[in-house]
Amino acid sequence: MSTFDTLPQNRDQALTEILLRLADDRLILGHRLSEWAGHAPELEEDLALANIALDMIGHASALYTYAAKINGLKEEDWHAYFRDDIDFKNAAITELPNGDFAYSIARLFLFSVWSYLLYRELTKTITDIQLKGMLTKHMKEIKYHLRHSREWVIRLGDGTKESHNRVQNALDDLWMYTGELFQSDPIEQACTEFQLFTDVSGLKAEWADIVTGTLDEATLTLPVDEQFMFSGSRSGRHTEHLGWLLAEMQFLRRSHPEADWI
Amino acid sequence: MLLNEETEQQGRINDHNRMTEEYIMSVLSEVNDPEIPVLNIVEMGIVRSVRIQHQRVTIRITPTYSGCPAMNVIENDIHKTLSEKGIETFDVVTDFSETWTTDWMTSEARQKLKEYGIAPPGKSETDHDFLTGLKNSQKIVPCPWCDSLETFLQSEFGSTACKSQHYCNGCDQPFEHFKCI
Repeated sequence: MSTFDTLPQNRDQALTEILLRLADDRLILGHRLSEWAGHAPELEEDLALANIALDMIGHASALYTYAAKINGLKEEDWHAYFRDDIDFKNAAITELPNGDFAYSIARLFLFSVWSYLLYRELTKTITDIQLKGMLTKHMKEIKYHLRHSREWVIRLGDGTKESHNRVQNALDDLWMYTGELFQSDPIEQACTEFQLFTDVSGLKAEWADIVTGTLDEATLTLPVDEQFMFSGSRSGRHTEHLGWLLAEMQFLRRSHPEADWI
Repeated sequence: MLLNEETEQQGRINDHNRMTEEYIMSVLSEVNDPEIPVLNIVEMGIVRSVRIQHQRVTIRITPTYSGCPAMNVIENDIHKTLSEKGIETFDVVTDFSETWTTDWMTSEARQKLKEYGIAPPGKSETDHDFLTGLKNSQKIVPCPWCDSLETFLQSEFGSTACKSQHYCNGCDQPFEHFKCI
């Protein structure tokens, strides 16, 4: 079943949509970051990326649990394990393979700036007290993610020739996936009318300011904005990479759907 | 379970006279944080309220860090500890309407943390100075062992979600710091 093609008709449907969009971003990027565990260039960074992954999967878990409660599902896991790629609403930038360390850091930075600005708006506008409380909590951790990835972008950009080139290439490659972060669609607009979301296109100017400032400090060049931009993943049109990711992430649970922790 | 997962335990309260909110709170202060066993969940600020209505106890808790795996253990420990005291009619509700902050930690809790070798959290920072203000690596965290200010940040992320890693040049010891959120 695909759920992306109908507009939310009531507040519960709108709330579910927003919870899943926010949660899917965090689950998928959290899963990608967790792949670094045991592989990061140094021990401290291994711990850092695993911690950030844990935060993001924690955010997703709280949001899925809330969505499950609204929809009368037994548990949050259903959202993570029993949906197909076409039903996932995450932005494509979160599902791309990790690449090298510079690529993962650049992606985390670009996403975290956006996430920080989005959450800042949502905590102002959302009236639902539980969701607002969750987002306020997540915000504190997102700030850590943003600060950490920002400091690394500067360290790599302003580091050696090798680290500079790697993070510059990463930014150039990632840029075409940043466009859809600021693309509003009719579903989001409907959710905004229920005071559950905001117009993401309004986040672009400040996002560009923070990114430009950081890249300047890192002696990096801002990629050209006038280029082809990938879009459609919020409506289920993902890159090929999400399917592979889900195959690995969901395999165990789907093979043993009745399994339980005892 | 993270949200409003009201686990029901049917049963009878054995001794009605003992069932005050203060008593339940004192029982809950016997439940320790599984990852920082010198602190209990009341002084951590995890237990937000205890209410008794119609002889049914509702305990409201709020998570510290979102992905903190200790939260499930804490919930189980609450069930175990209350059951051992013969309290069986209660719900544990995870509530997100308040956002946990290290500012809720009592001064006793901070002192215990320090004695345990974890530098206690300072005051949580305001929203706007996190990016433009002092870099975290420039903040001074006093060493919990020798109180030296000659310490440096090794990593903003430590052995658990709530801690960062530091090193003291005064006593040449690594130590952890409870992050301020």
